[in-house]
Amino acid sequence: MMKLFTEFGRYLLMLKGMFSRPENGKMYWKEFMHQCSEIGIGSLGIVVIISVFMGAVSTLQTAYQLVSPFIPLSTIAQIVRDTVILEFSPTLVCIVLAGVVGSKIASELGNMRVSEQIDALEIMGINTKTYLILPKLLASIVVIPMLVVISAVLGIWGGRLAGTLTGILSGATFDKGLHQFFKPYNVFFALAKAYTFAFIISSISAYHGYYVKGGALEIGRASTKSVVVSCVLVLFADYLLAALLL
Amino acid sequence: MIAYKNDRSLKMIEVKDIRKGFGDKIVIQDVSAIMQTGKCNLIIGTSGSGKTVLMKCLVGLFEPDSGEIYYDGQPLSEMNDEQRKELRQQIGMLFQGSALFDSMTVEQNIMFPLDMFTKKNYAEKLKRVNEVLDRVNLKDANQKFPAEISGGMKKRVGIARAIVLNPKYLFCDEPNSGLDPQTSLLIDKLIKEITIEYNITTVVNTHDMNSVMETGDNIIYMYQGLKEWEGSNKEIIFSKNQRLNDFIFASDFLKDAKDMRMLEMKGKIDNNRNMDEQLK
Repeated sequence: MMKLFTEFGRYLLMLKGMFSRPENGKMYWKEFMHQCSEIGIGSLGIVVIISVFMGAVSTLQTAYQLVSPFIPLSTIAQIVRDTVILEFSPTLVCIVLAGVVGSKIASELGNMRVSEQIDALEIMGINTKTYLILPKLLASIVVIPMLVVISAVLGIWGGRLAGTLTGILSGATFDKGLHQFFKPYNVFFALAKAYTFAFIISSISAYHGYYVKGGALEIGRASTKSVVVSCVLVLFADYLLAALLL
Repeated sequence: MIAYKNDRSLKMIEVKDIRKGFGDKIVIQDVSAIMQTGKCNLIIGTSGSGKTVLMKCLVGLFEPDSGEIYYDGQPLSEMNDEQRKELRQQIGMLFQGSALFDSMTVEQNIMFPLDMFTKKNYAEKLKRVNEVLDRVNLKDANQKFPAEISGGMKKRVGIARAIVLNPKYLFCDEPNSGLDPQTSLLIDKLIKEITIEYNITTVVNTHDMNSVMETGDNIIYMYQGLKEWEGSNKEIIFSKNQRLNDFIFASDFLKDAKDMRMLEMKGKIDNNRNMDEQLK
């Protein structure tokens, strides 16, 4: 228990340590843009694939369960839309991103720590928490919600595609269902989740990578630990946000 | 702002009774020393003797538990974050594994401190990068990545990056580790030349005896966290400190070589005496 408090305290100190005056704003901006590209473009492929299939499977499974002739087919689209926006896109995509982005951040920082690159930056007079962690955190907060929005659009599109290809429902019926009882608040809820999860994924993995001690084996361990802890915290935050905001 | 004195002769590091431990284990005990300007100050000792911890205390990566480190008479512990930042910009450090940034080319690695701390344009920065690369005898390596160059070249790039901002202090942690004797000698000579040329305070952490004999203007021998001996490379061979002798002349070959050298020296002294007596 004491170790947990110590780790949490060190995590908070790391977050506090990130906020210092940048030595050179231009270099920090360059690093921020680099991280946006690494996190955003680097994860786009997997997000696209997951989202399309996630939407497609949602349509097929909803249709399989809705067997009553009293329920209109457009309800399938309505269910797919709300499931994708409320849960699948923010949570499932962020769980995947915890693996893709989180492990990348942890192993990159861990490798820099073990090979003394972080010490080299410190010796130069650079605040390594500000230079190495803050751009990653900000880039995640900017880019991950964008990926979630892209995922939601592609998920719904994937659902529509699966519905029309299998002949479960026509494109027009699906589109009609999409417009039924749409609550814009759901999008706000999805984005609130995306921002929260982005912060959790980037800060937790940065923490585990930044404080690595040892060698290659410890980098691997830190990477795995960061993914596991991020996933658990994402799920916990998911429940908390659902309980508070819905 | 730190009131650095312009007199370069005062540019030195003083260590006073520093002590550092981790948990129950005390790694450095009451070490005091003066690192002189324009000289290669060597910290030597066996593995685990506290050399690296002492160096990390010197550069501020570790905080000593007690004692004080003075840079040009300014106590390190009394400097605030901004002052430390400013001081660190006057420190160049060569790490054991070179610590080059993997994702950057040699040119970008050396240009990094210039990008971060100067307002020079690209042409000026490139000129400076080529100057230091030329100084460390490394040409046509600008566009190579650290993974594409040899260990010796990495060390030279590390030195080039360390001196690109004209530092006042140069720290080298095991500059010869993993290098063959010839390349080690080249790196040693380079460090020595740069120290004299730029008149900087150089601190080298090593257990390579070639380095000690080649560059050791001022040598501190550490044993189990204590400063056991201090002197120059001219004095070390004649030291009567048993622990130091065990460290230097670790092999039978070196012990024999030392005995032969002593006999040779004794022979020369006897010859000189005989000649003096004959002249009388």
